[in-house]
Amino acid sequence: MNRRDFFTCHVADKSRPAASLGPGYYSNGVFRTHENKPVRFYDDLIKGKISIINFMYASCDKYCPRSIACLTKLQDLLGDHLGRDMFMYSFTLKPDEDTPAKLAAYAKGNGARPGWLFLTGSEYDLTSIRFKLFRLDDPLLDFSVDIHASMLRIINDNNSRWTSWVLPDPPRLIREAVSWVEPTKPFAVRVRENAELQAAIDKESVISAPKRAEFKRAHGWPEITAKYENPDGMKKLQTLFHAGA
Amino acid sequence: MLKASAAAGVVTMLTSRKTLAQSLPPIPTQPPDCAAPAPTNSPATTPFVQALPIPPVAIPTILNPFPTLAADTANGEAARANHQDWFQFFPLLQYNVSVQPTMHQFHPQIPPTYCWGYNGIYPGPTFLNIYGVPVVVRFHNNLPVDNIGFGDNNHTTHLHNGHTASESDGFAGDYWSPGLFKDHHYPNVYAGFNEFPPLGDQLEAQHTYWYHDHRHSFTATNNYRGINGMYLIYDDIDTGFEFPGQGPQALRLPGPYGIYDIPLNFTDKLFCANGEMFATAPDAVPGGTDKFCVNGAIQPYFNVQTRKYRFRFLNSGPARIWTFNLSDNNGNPVPMTVVTTDGNLLPSPVEVISTSSVPTLTGLTVYVSQRYDVIIDFTNATPGTSWYLTNVAAQFVGNAPEPEPAPGVNIGNVVMAFNITGPPPSPDQSQVPEVLTTLPNISKPMANLFGTRVWNFNDDVVGAEGDPANPTGKVFNVNGLTFDPNRADATVQQGSSETWLIRNRFPGTGWTHPVHIHLEEGRVLDRRNITVNPTTGVITINSQGVPPLEQGRRDVYPILPNDEVLIFLQFRDWFGKYMIHCHNLGHEDGLMLVRWDVTTGPSSTVTSPVYSDGTPNTGNGQVNSGAQPNITPALTALAPTFNLNPPGTSKLNRPGLKGSKKGVKA
Ligand SMILES: [Cu+2]
Repeated sequence: MNRRDFFTCHVADKSRPAASLGPGYYSNGVFRTHENKPVRFYDDLIKGKISIINFMYASCDKYCPRSIACLTKLQDLLGDHLGRDMFMYSFTLKPDEDTPAKLAAYAKGNGARPGWLFLTGSEYDLTSIRFKLFRLDDPLLDFSVDIHASMLRIINDNNSRWTSWVLPDPPRLIREAVSWVEPTKPFAVRVRENAELQAAIDKESVISAPKRAEFKRAHGWPEITAKYENPDGMKKLQTLFHAGA
Repeated sequence: MLKASAAAGVVTMLTSRKTLAQSLPPIPTQPPDCAAPAPTNSPATTPFVQALPIPPVAIPTILNPFPTLAADTANGEAARANHQDWFQFFPLLQYNVSVQPTMHQFHPQIPPTYCWGYNGIYPGPTFLNIYGVPVVVRFHNNLPVDNIGFGDNNHTTHLHNGHTASESDGFAGDYWSPGLFKDHHYPNVYAGFNEFPPLGDQLEAQHTYWYHDHRHSFTATNNYRGINGMYLIYDDIDTGFEFPGQGPQALRLPGPYGIYDIPLNFTDKLFCANGEMFATAPDAVPGGTDKFCVNGAIQPYFNVQTRKYRFRFLNSGPARIWTFNLSDNNGNPVPMTVVTTDGNLLPSPVEVISTSSVPTLTGLTVYVSQRYDVIIDFTNATPGTSWYLTNVAAQFVGNAPEPEPAPGVNIGNVVMAFNITGPPPSPDQSQVPEVLTTLPNISKPMANLFGTRVWNFNDDVVGAEGDPANPTGKVFNVNGLTFDPNRADATVQQGSSETWLIRNRFPGTGWTHPVHIHLEEGRVLDRRNITVNPTTGVITINSQGVPPLEQGRRDVYPILPNDEVLIFLQFRDWFGKYMIHCHNLGHEDGLMLVRWDVTTGPSSTVTSPVYSDGTPNTGNGQVNSGAQPNITPALTALAPTFNLNPPGTSKLNRPGLKGSKKGVKA
């Protein structure tokens, strides 16, 4: 299939999610996976899924290894979502060097599981999606190869929600960021999580509150438990409201 | 049941006035975002066809369920620590605010736009408060559970820059989800209340605040959607009224609110033909916009009388730096008199005019989140004519009137017009005193500094791997760090003081970072520009002293490329987590945001968080040694230049500033 065919199939595509920005926005260029399979960007990688996308190259020994190590650990936190509704895509910045075979070795070396694809393609298609997904409108940054080792894009095609995170960082933070593009959880679940968070805060307060109280006592700043009355201030406030409103 | 009887009186009186009744607009369903194709221009709009909207005043109410010391999670309050000093500053007023979608029309020629806003309006209602009257504000998250495109339905509100306890400060990681609410306790006290009970040091007064969404990673998009408003605090010095007989301490600046005391909330947007705001990506706001909005109106007019007005300039972002000039109907430059910087009274008024010989006073440059209270005197303006507030960058107008509105004034640059109507119905009684305040005497805390903490704001991959200024290669970072809500990257002891050196990346990449610090306002001690000799490679730090508009207290410190600024900070009264971050909302969402905590101590010297891969971070906030020590001169060498006690202010001591007004400019 040539590029023109991909453009025409954008228009014909009716199966994408209603809120999706669609292939016209994402583009639909063909890439090749580390398993040497051709895939179209929107139709095969983005459509209907949550995608976690970064750029790398196999010979990068500066910032990439630490970034990739985070993604390796992230796989555990994605659990059985990975390969089902969530996918990780690592695109090469150096298509001349990174053949599918080389990427396959890199994938294996980094413990990639099914659902984490390493991709190469034409310089044009790679640059197009890089600019679409990671553009900062700053030439120094946009044309820097190194900078991309720290950037992670997270996309949910179903509701057109995006976010990003930076690498390297603890995988728990990345997993948390992924949750922001997921559909909002049912209210009952959020209420339960809120109660759990409160319990954690209370647990911490049991330790910190007495310390703070002791610190204040030691400095002669006694805690005031009586209610503070300020009729004068209230009167001033009444005048302000009446004049301004 | 309301315990504070005084509060009950106000509430009854206020709610009994029909004009003040606040009803929430209906919640609209979300129209499709316009993501593609990107518009190059917003629809054409005719200038000066709509009056400047004045945000309504927020009205107190009685909350049900009644606010509590501990989070009322059983009734749907978001988790938080207990309010600190809740009984000491027991709220006398209560407010109920709904953060919700709404339709807002920015211009009659642009269809209504789907927005998010406080109480369903944009900008949100203006809070008028008084020092010494603590309040509680309940923020309900009524954002949609199924929103698509840009913006996040998790929300938190920061009152910028309230002296607020941590659990009410809107910490970027403490957001709550739709259906939940959170009570923020705003005690409306001056900093230093432990030392100066009961209300703190009046010299720490700050008057112009704004409140806005601070949910990390989505602050730009949520503010672009419209979640911000203004919050003003008055006291017996800045009373909000200009009439005589308020006591000698009263400044009598133009007022009251909504009549002669006018908020100007500046933002910029790009609209699609269907009226929807354009976002460059579902999590990014456009850098290049063409519609300048004031209080939610594109190129409005404001009718003024021939007298003085107080305008409260706010740059609510997301990223644009504004430089304002004022011209009369003949195109001649007119001065604007700045009386507060970030809401803090200047020692003396500072005049800004496009023809000023002082570079920093040629026009009023406002970085994101900065505020300036500006007095404009229309006394000698000709009724029937207009004056024009312009920005140096042009916007798209479309059907501009021909010729230009005033000689040499490009209609595309005009942000708003002031139409001079005629004399005021009663004489102008306002004043602009030559002495507005005195600065707190900081010689004692300066003598007890813990040290100088260095914060490098980097926006690139710097140097080789392991560069101490940026060990991780993250794009936007502070000392190599990015935000982790659960990790404090510095701790300071309650009641201590430090100098902080806030430094842009060197060599500069071109970005300016307007750096904001929560909790307390700072004092600029020195500004420096770093240059490198191209032949010898010798690096020089050039002290530039303190510019006139940084002589007072500030809470946003812009650092231009190759710039650094040294500030003095105290950490008083509250414990808990706070932040230092870039207030360019795009950079902030790129996690150029760091948490620091006020604790019982001791203060951290060098903290070394360890990354998940076991790598220790070596570039973190260091004390008394910069991450790039070769370009940091010894602090002692600069000590004589510290502006501890500006001339002429030392004899003005607390309390009250009585008799402080010498020459009064009528
Ligand atoms: Cu910045």
